[in-house]
Amino acid sequence: MYIVKRLLTMLLTIWVIASLTFLIMKFIPGDPFASDADVLPEEVLQNMRAKYNLDEPIAVQYVLYMKDLVTFDLGYSIQSETRSVNSIIADGAPASALLGLQAMVVALIFGLLLGIVAALNQNKALDYVSMFIAIIGISVPSFILAPLLIKYFAVEWGMLPVASWGTWQHSILPTLALAATPLAVIARFMRSSMLEVTNQNYIKTADAKGLSKSKLVIRHGIRNAILPVISFIGPLFVSLITGTFVIEKIFAIPGIGRYFVDSIFNRDYPVIMGTTIFFSTLLVLTLFIIDISYRYIDPRIKLTSGGE
Amino acid sequence: MLEHLLEVNNLEVRFKTYGGEVQAVRDVSFHVDKGEILAIVGESGSGKSVTVQSIMGLIPTPPGKIKNGEVLLEGQDLLKLSKREMQKVKGSKISMVFQDPMTSLNPTMKVGKQITESITAHQDIKGQEAKERAIEMIRLVGISNPAERYNQYPHEFSGGMRQRIMIAIALACHPQVLLADEPTTALDVTIQAQVLDLMKNLRDELDTSIILITHDLGVVAETAERVAVMYGGMIVESAPVNELFNNPKHPYTWGLLESIPDIHAADKKRLVPIDGAPPDLFSPPKGCPFAPRCKYAMDVCVEEMPPAFSIEQGHEAKCWLNDSRTPALQELAAGREQL
Repeated sequence: MYIVKRLLTMLLTIWVIASLTFLIMKFIPGDPFASDADVLPEEVLQNMRAKYNLDEPIAVQYVLYMKDLVTFDLGYSIQSETRSVNSIIADGAPASALLGLQAMVVALIFGLLLGIVAALNQNKALDYVSMFIAIIGISVPSFILAPLLIKYFAVEWGMLPVASWGTWQHSILPTLALAATPLAVIARFMRSSMLEVTNQNYIKTADAKGLSKSKLVIRHGIRNAILPVISFIGPLFVSLITGTFVIEKIFAIPGIGRYFVDSIFNRDYPVIMGTTIFFSTLLVLTLFIIDISYRYIDPRIKLTSGGE
Repeated sequence: MLEHLLEVNNLEVRFKTYGGEVQAVRDVSFHVDKGEILAIVGESGSGKSVTVQSIMGLIPTPPGKIKNGEVLLEGQDLLKLSKREMQKVKGSKISMVFQDPMTSLNPTMKVGKQITESITAHQDIKGQEAKERAIEMIRLVGISNPAERYNQYPHEFSGGMRQRIMIAIALACHPQVLLADEPTTALDVTIQAQVLDLMKNLRDELDTSIILITHDLGVVAETAERVAVMYGGMIVESAPVNELFNNPKHPYTWGLLESIPDIHAADKKRLVPIDGAPPDLFSPPKGCPFAPRCKYAMDVCVEEMPPAFSIEQGHEAKCWLNDSRTPALQELAAGREQL
């Protein structure tokens, strides 16, 4: 029952996002043919506007678009007429998804590790080293980190290839550049969460049982400390998506990010709508999965529609 | 002389803080015999919890430091054991029940698992057998449907039930000594009585010695056989429970007894508080810690720490009033009022 309700809310959320994007997009000055306006005769422009229903009132355009959307028809790109938005997404999604997933996994694994190591060695050398790395990760933006990585690992030392996409070696540097900030944020988050759990009474109880240090840390410490970090995966996902736009550009990766940015400059309405809806669907789905998985990770949370 | 099961001698515990060193426990000695219930009574900050936590090696070091003393369990000094050796003692020979059952259980682990965990850590029992032992323990502490309850999480239990689970965890390996740190403070009165009864019954059944920490003299009267009264990090008086209630020999104990509300009192009587504040343990007074609040304090009390005067067999009080040279109480009180 809860899941059905959640799925319906998700559809509603996506619809609201699509509607808002549509409205905002129409209010941006200019249209897809603005750059051609000087060259082409007025009649031709009129015809082209008519082809994309741009001569209709906004309300009518909106209804027409929503009708298509329901059948998963995202229309054709205005910029490159031969390509449907669906095929643009299908082309770009694999590279973006691979990059995003890799970065997410790297950020989670190493972020958690770093945080745990720091917490277990509170105020000792390892703690300071871990948190120093974390501070760097947070304060150096990816558009600075990426060129630095390229300069040293690719150009100076020639260890890794760049400027193309295909083998797994190509994905290492962009993954690192993309993962750095979320990794650092997770590390700091996990450290404070872990420290808080260490002071809990149940840790003292477990200690009084005479458990080994490893059981104490893993079963009672990490298991509880990781809970608040999981809810952070949602925002992490968002920052990864926005991060990919920049990283894909720098590393020349054929992902969706490029189309998303270009479409806005070109007022390529169908592509703007299509990519936005694609990203928001992904995000909403991720949040949904996190919600569901919480049920299995934290026994205190029950999936009931009435809340706890 | 017979050897006691657990003997604490001259224990001294300090904590380093930014404000200086707190002398939380100063020269504390006591003992428990097999199957005996000893109550340690005292107000907040008197050092009761620190004392029992040092027995278990649960004092975080740093900032804590056990400066001096020994904790002998069947003659073996626990303070000299390595961490690994101590791990084997904790939970199997000595175990502990904490004050707040609401936060003392791991919220993400089934309660049954939290009991078996203690069993498998110390005994060569695994899987189904350990589970059966745990279910048996849940039954033993008086929870119905133990097999079902085994698979539930702490949030599905009430406060009193959680404290029963805590007791089940503590007793799972049939320890020789159970340290109960204010086990009923966080519970309401009816549940308190149940939990105390349960502990007494289990003591009779399993012959476990219990050190019960409390600030509630009602709990002491109901449960304990012997009492140690702590004040300012020291044991100021210790006696068998009847002796302490009938023939107290320390002014602090008098104060405690006077401050118990009496529901049966015929006329409305104001409760008698003990004036003043407990001593500053950053720089404890060189004399009796209670002297500044004591109606009968003499010069010697401020100057010199009173020794433990033996009143009767098993009854000791650290108070100069018990010295044969001390004038009568009435004179002392009168002398004070004139000042």
